[in-house]
Amino acid sequence: MVKKVIYGNHAVSYGARDSRVEVIAAYPITPQTQVVELLSEFCASGELKAKFIKVESEHSAMAACVGASAAGARAFTATSSQGLALMHEMLHWASNARHPIVMANINRAMGPPWSIWTDQNDSIAQRDTGWLQFYCSTNQEVYDTTIQAFKICENDKVLLPGMLILDAFVLSHTSEVVDMPPQEEIDEFLPPYEAKYKLDLDDPRAFGGLMFPDWYYELKYKQHRSMEKALKIIEDVGREFGERFGRYYGLVEEYRIDDAEIVLVVSSTVAQTSKEAVDLLRKEGMRIGLVRIRTFRPFPKEKIRKIASKVDMMIVIDRNISFGSEGVFYTETKAALYNEKSRPPVYGVIIGLGGRDVRVEDIMNIAKKGKNNKLEINKINWWGVKL
Amino acid sequence: MIEIRFHGRGGQGAVTAANILAEACFKEGKDVQAFPMFGVERRGAPVTAFLRVDDRPIRIKSQIYNPDIVAVLDTTLLEAVDVTSGLKKDGTVIINTDLDIKDIEIKAKKLALVDATKIAMDHGLGSKAAPIVNTSILGSFPRATEMVSIESVIKAIKEKSPAKAEENARAAEDAYKNTRVFE
Repeated sequence: MVKKVIYGNHAVSYGARDSRVEVIAAYPITPQTQVVELLSEFCASGELKAKFIKVESEHSAMAACVGASAAGARAFTATSSQGLALMHEMLHWASNARHPIVMANINRAMGPPWSIWTDQNDSIAQRDTGWLQFYCSTNQEVYDTTIQAFKICENDKVLLPGMLILDAFVLSHTSEVVDMPPQEEIDEFLPPYEAKYKLDLDDPRAFGGLMFPDWYYELKYKQHRSMEKALKIIEDVGREFGERFGRYYGLVEEYRIDDAEIVLVVSSTVAQTSKEAVDLLRKEGMRIGLVRIRTFRPFPKEKIRKIASKVDMMIVIDRNISFGSEGVFYTETKAALYNEKSRPPVYGVIIGLGGRDVRVEDIMNIAKKGKNNKLEINKINWWGVKL
Repeated sequence: MIEIRFHGRGGQGAVTAANILAEACFKEGKDVQAFPMFGVERRGAPVTAFLRVDDRPIRIKSQIYNPDIVAVLDTTLLEAVDVTSGLKKDGTVIINTDLDIKDIEIKAKKLALVDATKIAMDHGLGSKAAPIVNTSILGSFPRATEMVSIESVIKAIKEKSPAKAEENARAAEDAYKNTRVFE
């Protein structure tokens, strides 16, 4: 066991190294660059025996990962914002062709106007590409999730690519203590990837051929079923990780919800700041808790329904916006509850776009406004907007 | 929880200072969180970095608005930036300066003055135009506060210095001996 004080970006690099990735194809972009910088050093020193491919764009980075994965290699890349957007076509390819590639995306607001700071619109815009999405809230979780993501994605029942996501600067450039288990123990947890179908001269196959309407539909059904099956695999892998290393993970993280009347629905680092707010509000007598959505795809509908059935009010805090609609976690939460016989009112708050700082006081004031019935229902509550 | 804000200019090593001090406190069993003001750094422009240190796991992820300790790496910043903004009532300010205490207008419960520029030059750190003062100012922390020992600071400097580890460590020791504390 090694404990180190490291950047969130380097937690990704160490996680990829300890997962013994075999191919890394990457293109630099702020605030991701440190991830692949350190990985290139690992490759140069021989500490990591992987092929590092420098490419001319993010689109090519993902294309190279697709090729590597098709050849049966464990493939990895990292990107952010505009880079992720440029990959869009290849993201569909990776998922449709069932390549269990793992990628780190550093959440950075989309330009213009240029911003290097965090919000979730880059990854949320890739919601429907068929990638699993894990939103991380600490550097430790970033490291742990990188390793788990390979195990989840490479599972026979899943065979889909996965994206682990961390906030620009608030995690990427923040140093925190990260505990890294010995390599042998990670090797036991995550054995080498054995592709069931791969490019093989001795056993030739065609990949990505033409599919007529008589079967394409069935493949989409199967792709979706795999996402649904991933719900259980994510929990199984998170539990096994916990049993081995003492840190448990699942689809959601619940915090002080047992007797809660109000539950905040949050994600990423906002969830950590919100825990502080929950503790302070509890001291003031408010019965409040939170649920952090760690896995956004597949969406943990059942978990949300179960929590909603016991509370008087839910407040979804989104660091993203679907223009013309509302915060996306808000939409998804409400949709999960719509057909329930009884459900609490669900409020939606938008906060922190483009890296606007989210403070404990913000979360406390949102909760208090909710408690006093001062949040607007069926409308976006724009927190702190100066217009 | 102790919250610290570093003020420097791009190139002086304020962000590295926060990271090295984090390492020193981590060595003493604390949980730590160090981060830059989330901006684009330019050489010579004001830079802010932050550090949280606690016995318990640190969860809060926002910037620091009410620091317990402020460290100023460049005297000229005293005129350009409100370095004591939000400083706690019983807060400490550590300043790199060759000025006498009577010429310092900063108000704080505790003031610690160190001529980190001279110390950096004495140990060959940076150039006259751009001295690298971050490790010297770190030597003042164990003198001005109870939060960390000089031994841990020196150990962290030796491990984390990208270059001239020994010179940086000696600069910190020098600063530790030559920091003037006023309460």
